Amino acid sequence: MQRAYEVMFIVRPDLIEEDLDKLVAMLQTHATGAGATVKNTEKMGKRRLAYDVKKFQEGQYVLFTLEGDGKAIHELERRMRVTEPVIKFITVRTDEEQQRLEKARKLRAARIRRPPAEAAAAESESPAVNA
Amino acid sequence: MADEVNQEVATPAPRPQGRPDRPDRGPGARDGGRKFFRRKKLCKFCVEKIDDINYKDVRLLGQFVAERGKIVPRRLTGVCTPHQRRLTAAIKRARNIALLPFAAR
Repeated sequence: MQRAYEVMFIVRPDLIEEDLDKLVAMLQTHATGAGATVKNTEKMGKRRLAYDVKKFQEGQYVLFTLEGDGKAIHELERRMRVTEPVIKFITVRTDEEQQRLEKARKLRAARIRRPPAEAAAAESESPAVNA
Repeated sequence: MADEVNQEVATPAPRPQGRPDRPDRGPGARDGGRKFFRRKKLCKFCVEKIDDINYKDVRLLGQFVAERGKIVPRRLTGVCTPHQRRLTAAIKRARNIALLPFAAR
């Protein structure tokens, strides 16, 4: 079961750029090794934390966009837990939300393009297009 | 607007007895009327057509968090129920990854 996930994690602030790149590359290989495909990696830079995490007031945020099954994500999370420089992480499943957004966007586009009377007709045919 | 004021005056407002010497009131005199007029608040997400309430968008979420880090209730912000639900989820996620505080100061 392939699903879309976002994994955001915070790396301790005193890690230098080079080591951060290495760490990110390492986690990526772990993710692919576990059966997930990394779609995108974004380093969001250093940010002040809203509260102290492991006595750090700042952190370097990194965001992974992944596709994979629950097992792969579980494995990646386990790896992060044992990786010292990663001080916090969160995994969010995004596929359902993306579907919802796409639907809303389509509906809106249909409504703008056509007069309201025809929009209702368009709504009934759009699911057929999806399937 | 003017209709409303007249209606308010017409309703029997509790007025202290024995004070007949008060100055004459015109039809527009306001006592016991509505003290403040509150504009109907609209849902920001509906008006600006923001579909995606993302936990990463701290700037957006920050508008709905009080100084101490609490989520501002719907009745104060005017956000509609479906959007408030998504907003709440997003704020809680943002808290989890230290983008927003659980409790400030």
